[in-house]
Amino acid sequence: MPLPSASAMLTIGPTHYLLASAILFVIGLIGIMTRRNVIMILLCIEIMFNAANLAFITYARAWHDLGGQITVFFIIIVAAAEVTVGLAIAVLLSRQLKTLNADEIRLLKW
Amino acid sequence: MTEAVFFYLFTIPMMAAALSVVFNRRPIYSVLSLLVVMFCLASLFIMLGAYFVAALQVLLYAGAVLVLFLFVVMLLNLEPDNLARMRLSTLRGIGTIAAAFLLFHLVRILTAPAASGIAATARPGADGTVENIGRALFTTYVLPFELISFLILAAIIGAVTLSKQQSDR
Repeated sequence: MPLPSASAMLTIGPTHYLLASAILFVIGLIGIMTRRNVIMILLCIEIMFNAANLAFITYARAWHDLGGQITVFFIIIVAAAEVTVGLAIAVLLSRQLKTLNADEIRLLKW
Repeated sequence: MTEAVFFYLFTIPMMAAALSVVFNRRPIYSVLSLLVVMFCLASLFIMLGAYFVAALQVLLYAGAVLVLFLFVVMLLNLEPDNLARMRLSTLRGIGTIAAAFLLFHLVRILTAPAASGIAATARPGADGTVENIGRALFTTYVLPFELISFLILAAIIGAVTLSKQQSDR
């Protein structure tokens, strides 16, 4: 992979936003795979949602199509619904199982 | 040039805050770092012409979702020590390597010539103002818009049911 030249770094195009989105997505993925707390995993899922949103907005800009922005609108609403239910489950886990560690929750095994 | 300055001005703090979300030992600091990520991302959205979505990002994510996270983190009173317990170091290494592998291939795909040649001709009415978004939302996308209200209803009922079951016992 050739190193980017200075002019390529200073002329901001869609590729720059897409790369920022990719890096953000990977940071969230690292968080999901290394943190074991349920709430931290939910937070990292939010980071990954936002990385995907940035890619959608970038393509909406590049293709001059509003569909990408409408999709982000729906993604934000779905993420809010997911957080509501996920946090309710997290509160239940901590009250009934006395743990939030994803490795110790084995209710779905066997 | 100006766009480059603002791009790096918002992107570099965003990456630093995202890393802080992942690696911070205290959950409160993680949530507050995510707030920084949201605001930087909203700025990037404005730079990309998505004004309505940027406003939604601040209102819904920073205003509602993160406040919910903060409430739950404070409600559960998590200890920083048993919170920050990461997996065994070998598993953590494997996870990081897998993520780096994904990043390598994403960069390879996104910097390919096919992905960069996406500049299309300008079309009117493609700016993300409230008027344009609302017009598209209530004409082309009116069915998903109605369906998503059912999703919100289901989420509300689910959350209420989960917490009510708790108080009955």
